[in-house]
Amino acid sequence: MEELKVELRSETTQFIIVRLGDEQYGIAIKYVDNIVRMQHITRVPKVQSYLKGVINLRGEVIPVMSIRVKMDLPADEYTKATRIIILKLEQQGNIGIIVDEVKEVVTLDNSQIEKVAYESKEEKDNFIFAIGKYADGGLISLLDLNSVVLEKESV
Amino acid sequence: MDVSQYLEIFIDETKEHLQNLNTEILNLEQDPENVDTINEIFRAAHSLKGMAGTMGYKRMQTLTHDMENVFSEVRNGSIKVKGNMIDILFQCLDALEEYLNLIQESGDEGTNDNEPLIRQLNVVLNSKESPAPVEKKPEEPVKKEPVEEGDAPKWLSIKFDGTQKHVLQEAVNQGKNVYGLTVKVQEACILKAARAFLVFKALEDLGEVIISSPSVQDIEDEKFDLDFSLIYVSDSPLEKVLQAVKSVSEIEGAQGAAIDEEKIKDFTGEAAVKEKEPVAVAVEEPPVVVEKPVERKPPAVAQSPAAKGTEKKSQMSKPAVNRTVRVDIEKLDVLMNLVSELIIAKNSLVSASVGDSAGNSSVNEHIEYLESVTTNLHESVMKVRMVPIESVVSKFPRMIRDLTKKLDKKMELYMSGEETELDRTVVDEIGDPLMHLLRNAADHGLEPGEVRKAAGKPEVGSIFLDAYQDGNNVVIEVRDDGAGINTDAVKEKAISRGVITPEQGESMTDQEIMNLLFHAGFSTAEKVSDISGRGVGLDVVKSKIEALSGEVEVKSKMGMGSTWTIRLPLTLAIIQALMVDVGGEKYAISLGSIQTIEDITPDEIKTVQNKEVINLRGIVIPIIRLNGVLDIESKKNPEDNMTVVIVKKGDRLAGLVVDELMGQQEIVIKSLGRYITKCKIISGATILGDGEVALILDTNALF
Repeated sequence: MEELKVELRSETTQFIIVRLGDEQYGIAIKYVDNIVRMQHITRVPKVQSYLKGVINLRGEVIPVMSIRVKMDLPADEYTKATRIIILKLEQQGNIGIIVDEVKEVVTLDNSQIEKVAYESKEEKDNFIFAIGKYADGGLISLLDLNSVVLEKESV
Repeated sequence: MDVSQYLEIFIDETKEHLQNLNTEILNLEQDPENVDTINEIFRAAHSLKGMAGTMGYKRMQTLTHDMENVFSEVRNGSIKVKGNMIDILFQCLDALEEYLNLIQESGDEGTNDNEPLIRQLNVVLNSKESPAPVEKKPEEPVKKEPVEEGDAPKWLSIKFDGTQKHVLQEAVNQGKNVYGLTVKVQEACILKAARAFLVFKALEDLGEVIISSPSVQDIEDEKFDLDFSLIYVSDSPLEKVLQAVKSVSEIEGAQGAAIDEEKIKDFTGEAAVKEKEPVAVAVEEPPVVVEKPVERKPPAVAQSPAAKGTEKKSQMSKPAVNRTVRVDIEKLDVLMNLVSELIIAKNSLVSASVGDSAGNSSVNEHIEYLESVTTNLHESVMKVRMVPIESVVSKFPRMIRDLTKKLDKKMELYMSGEETELDRTVVDEIGDPLMHLLRNAADHGLEPGEVRKAAGKPEVGSIFLDAYQDGNNVVIEVRDDGAGINTDAVKEKAISRGVITPEQGESMTDQEIMNLLFHAGFSTAEKVSDISGRGVGLDVVKSKIEALSGEVEVKSKMGMGSTWTIRLPLTLAIIQALMVDVGGEKYAISLGSIQTIEDITPDEIKTVQNKEVINLRGIVIPIIRLNGVLDIESKKNPEDNMTVVIVKKGDRLAGLVVDELMGQQEIVIKSLGRYITKCKIISGATILGDGEVALILDTNALF
């Protein structure tokens, strides 16, 4: 019986809940390498507008992008709550994304995750791969990090 | 145990042996009588054969075996070295290289038997004059030696227990031979366990190892000195067994003798005694064993027949081989990274002390100390990464020889400075560009013999490859005494190919025209040959060298020849840089590319063809406003004097307008990562003392 429980639990995924404007998004925790405070970002000229520049993370130079610019949301306003989430992706290596606030870590059972099947015309919806449902009825958009990070020529 | 774990060693060593063979066979061609050369060739071929055999690459083994036969006859003097034979040998080397490439890619040697080559080798072999008497000689001393020396082989001290004795007796009853063997590994051998394993593997093909001392496990863990002993059962005669052991490279020798039934009993008796009274070892024959069981080196070790004849010579004229340690480049990178962090730490200390205007002298002392430590550490780590370019250039004499035949032009390659050292990553990359340049020199540069004679030059053309260190750069020059570059032909070609317009052609200097040769899709060869003339050579050379942060130039004089000069930075990871401020942002410019720094007034800037230039001491230099290139507002008043950093790229100069100079600093180059690829003018980033990231300008991309 005990073993069975453990197995059930392993079918859950942990997400870091972040705030962008008024909306909340979930980022799968296995892609998160680190969360750091906002710091000086060195601008890199002649790159896509959503690439804010590079930062120094313990001796490594890491590119930082603005998820807001990429989603066509109003530009970032840096506050005390602003964080850079360092993602660890296989293809692109480490990359930082700027979020307005990091709220909490939630554990969602796979049954609570509902894949989005529809093709949306709205830009920001394309960055979402599923909707997570809280036990209390709340909803959360789960970010598809690959399409978030994917290079976009038009911007 | 699995052979695959030795594959890497095998590949590395095979490459070394092949390179060695290439060089030595070239020497042999020049000096067919040189005994040392022949011996060296023989040794290399022999090791190669043994290695291929133990790794199970039968085709490779067969081919090397036949080559070895030829070398053996050459050594015995029954075959004379002839031009045709050298050609066949080179073809064999190429075939071996092919095997090796296949093995490297797939782990398998492929299915090409290279039969025609083997047949040719046999033809050479059969041309010998008197085969019979010579061949047997080297065999004899081997057989006799262990007996004559009266030395106590270590295998005699191996003890058996009851079961083992039983097994041995069983084997004898079945008519098999039981041998005692002592195998000695060369002192210089690095991977003793691997060698021992190969010995075991070779032996297992012929029979069965019953007992080993030390135990197999200890041998695998490299817990043995230079030798190990075995009791071994086999159908094969002793000679064959010893031969198999010696075919493993880096095995210094093997001793062995047959053990008959009585001796097995004796051993048993000994073991029985031992159990009761461990100190008194009662061995009847030979009794010497007891006296020197711990002697480290057996006084005489049977040499393989190959090495035997040459033993004395090789000791006397042993070439100074570089004793190298193979270091995983990743480990070095980690070390490098640590050093860079140390430098960052130093930089932050420096900036902290500057902030602390009181100028605490003891802090300064520490900083100075730290500085000297980091500098030394940096240098020594760099040195570990440095390898002589020899490993790349040593294949060129062979290539030129092939070209001589192919092009039917007589030429000689003269090389100097092979010992010049460069960063490992650079050395790995520089081979192809150099090969292109040499082929070019041979094909386009040198004229055919008749033309040379008519021009009053020696018929044999000369190509020079010189390498030397020049400050923080390494310079490699490829020079020929051929026809030189015909600038008019180049100009015509460029115009006909649409690379330049006829009007542009009018105003170009000879040097500018020569630089057109590096333009993509450009080849002036009247005839397109398979050696060069595909028109991709030179622009590939250029881009490859620029990727290494180097530069390539050409100088030429009609009728006198041309010189191609490659300049490479000694190291790529840490550079001296000038920090500049543009619109409040900090950028680093490599000191190596900076010519001078000038202070100019705005009215010194003139406009030529819509481009801003300055006339600096008689030279017209185009001006590049960095704030424009970097998309940022300059913070300086346009009326004020401007600071211009003059940078060079080859012979060309350009002036970069910056807001402010911030000083010189040693910076650690960091990559911007795979994600930022669009920005061509930034070659990387560095971390400053305060933890901020500054970008490094690639001035070459600004031209």
